[in-house]
Amino acid sequence: MTSADFQTLLPEIVLSGYAMAALMVGVYTTKDKLAPALVWATAGLFVALALYIGAGGSGERVVFGGLFVDDPFARFAKVTILLAAAAVLVMGQDYMVRRDLLRFEYPILIALAVVGMMVMVSSADLMTLYMGLELQSLSLYVVASLRRDSAKSSEAGLKYFVLGALSSGLLLYGASLVYGYSGTTQFAGILSTVKDGVPLGLLFGLVFMLAGLAFKVSAAPFHMWTPDVYEGSPTPVTAFFATAPKVAAMALIARLVHDAFGGVPGQWGQVLAGLAVASMALGAVAAIGQKDIKRLMAYSSIAHMGYALIGLSVGTAYGVQATMIYMAIYVTMNVGTFAFILSMERNGRPVSDIASLNQFAKVEPLKALAMLVLLFSLAGVPPMLGFFGKFYVLKAAVDAGMVWLAVVGAVASVIGAFYYLRLVYFMYFGAEQEPAESRMAPVQWVMLMAVAAIMLVGVINLFGIEPAAATAAQALVR
Amino acid sequence: MTVFDFAFYAFASVTVAAGLMVTISRNPVHSVLWLILTFLSTSGLFVLLGAEFVAMLLIIVYVGAVAVLFLFVVMMLDIDFAALKGELARYMPLGLLIGVVLLMQIAIGVGVWQAAPEAEALRKAVAPAAADVENTRALGMLLYDRYFLLFQLSGLILLVAMIGAILLTLRHRKDVKRQNVLQQMWRDPAKAMELKDVKPGQGL
Repeated sequence: MTSADFQTLLPEIVLSGYAMAALMVGVYTTKDKLAPALVWATAGLFVALALYIGAGGSGERVVFGGLFVDDPFARFAKVTILLAAAAVLVMGQDYMVRRDLLRFEYPILIALAVVGMMVMVSSADLMTLYMGLELQSLSLYVVASLRRDSAKSSEAGLKYFVLGALSSGLLLYGASLVYGYSGTTQFAGILSTVKDGVPLGLLFGLVFMLAGLAFKVSAAPFHMWTPDVYEGSPTPVTAFFATAPKVAAMALIARLVHDAFGGVPGQWGQVLAGLAVASMALGAVAAIGQKDIKRLMAYSSIAHMGYALIGLSVGTAYGVQATMIYMAIYVTMNVGTFAFILSMERNGRPVSDIASLNQFAKVEPLKALAMLVLLFSLAGVPPMLGFFGKFYVLKAAVDAGMVWLAVVGAVASVIGAFYYLRLVYFMYFGAEQEPAESRMAPVQWVMLMAVAAIMLVGVINLFGIEPAAATAAQALVR
Repeated sequence: MTVFDFAFYAFASVTVAAGLMVTISRNPVHSVLWLILTFLSTSGLFVLLGAEFVAMLLIIVYVGAVAVLFLFVVMMLDIDFAALKGELARYMPLGLLIGVVLLMQIAIGVGVWQAAPEAEALRKAVAPAAADVENTRALGMLLYDRYFLLFQLSGLILLVAMIGAILLTLRHRKDVKRQNVLQQMWRDPAKAMELKDVKPGQGL
């Protein structure tokens, strides 16, 4: 351990130190009255750390004896995670205050979950990977059942916990088989022992690990928890589930398959392609019958994970770049969409059924227009930004000679467009009825409008994330 | 047969038998008691392996804390184990089938098991050589030096578990009387009570 080690780990140390200090302050002072201030302080710290990570440092540093790595890929993922978490945190504050849900532990748990995600994307060892994953998951289990008086929220937390524990078990079993084969838990060591040919035992380990991680990104057929957890959790928590943790888990898969198993891309490529096809198909078809917009967003996220996995399954640097761009766009779209979902209410009570959107455009034309842009973007209609995300991953598949995968993706996206456009139809031409109100806090309004604007303006140069994603991918795929 | 062999077979057979009894005893309290026996004989096996620190840890942590906690939980929770078992019996055939298939698949994987040629050397490279240091010191060097980062992270995980347990269960009730120690100490006996001299046979 040298000071260089701690220097590299500075953002994580600062964030965990902040979480512990905030916890002490919260416990010994006014407790929940402090919560709104803590939410803003936490979000501010997230943004500051994102700027620090984004601006400072270049190259690759492996510290703590090969446990932790700081490279352009980790930095790209960390900036995305931090900004997404900050946006979702401030967006949900008004909702939680009005529903009497905002406890001072909430921003602290989110901060600790973000520490876990930052460790995940920087892990260079199977043990670091697991520690980061558990820190993130454990915090998320707790916030899922934040509304502890509601049976649905408790159910969501419990379901998430039991299935999350199962997936951790699968992951650990796979990790133990991998360790048994290569004699080391470090990714670099595994890479040096797995070069040509994968014996059956190691293949078991690899598949078990991928299955465990597929649970975390909710890729079909490991998606069953997603709709229930999304529906049962308080909406701000659902918004959080749909954004930052997905980026972290996707980046973790990318890191594991390239850093540890980069020598045998054929072995995991087909597994990821299978997951991608299943997720896209299920996400597109199962969302059609949904009546609750939160459940719909759950299936939507399953489908989106399928597209992101296409980029990883081709095993090229361009594929990783496409996935990272896709995830950045996906997170932005979801922030805007959930800003809208958070504001939906009727007589002061939150509503989330799709029928309440009927005729919404008549009362709130501007918000309906912004939502229309977002839904088109989610569906992947050009010229919105969402189209370019899909374009990148499909192009990566075609470039790598996996045309069939690109075709499946395109077909699934056409099917999926149906349910997004159905929401637009309801908003503009739905059955005559009293539409739901949309009571927005200023920050939610800003998020919705800003994201909708990004979806339109971003097509010019993608805000420069393309070269950043390319650098990140180059650092990972050698 | 040496003493070592005899000790190994004794501990091993007791471990297996007690482990079996944990699962088949009808009374959950008996199950926990069998579990404690399993832990104890496993720690004997660890001593035979030369891992005396792990053996003591097993007794102190598992027998001392976890098993007693289990016992409390089993005795305090009002769970109808018969009903649970009835529910279990419905899914038993399917569960057994899947279990057998999984077991066979894993047996295939383990049957053709092969490790990388470098694995042995890589495995030894992490820990200090057994001849140089004793167990406890070697564990300490790994835990607090080489894997310092992981040690701290597991601390954070435990912190989250603690916050979560408190957040999800603690209720601030306003309608209960709480003890205020300072207030109690500052009470003035002269104001708080009155001494009366009761005459015999009269009462107040």
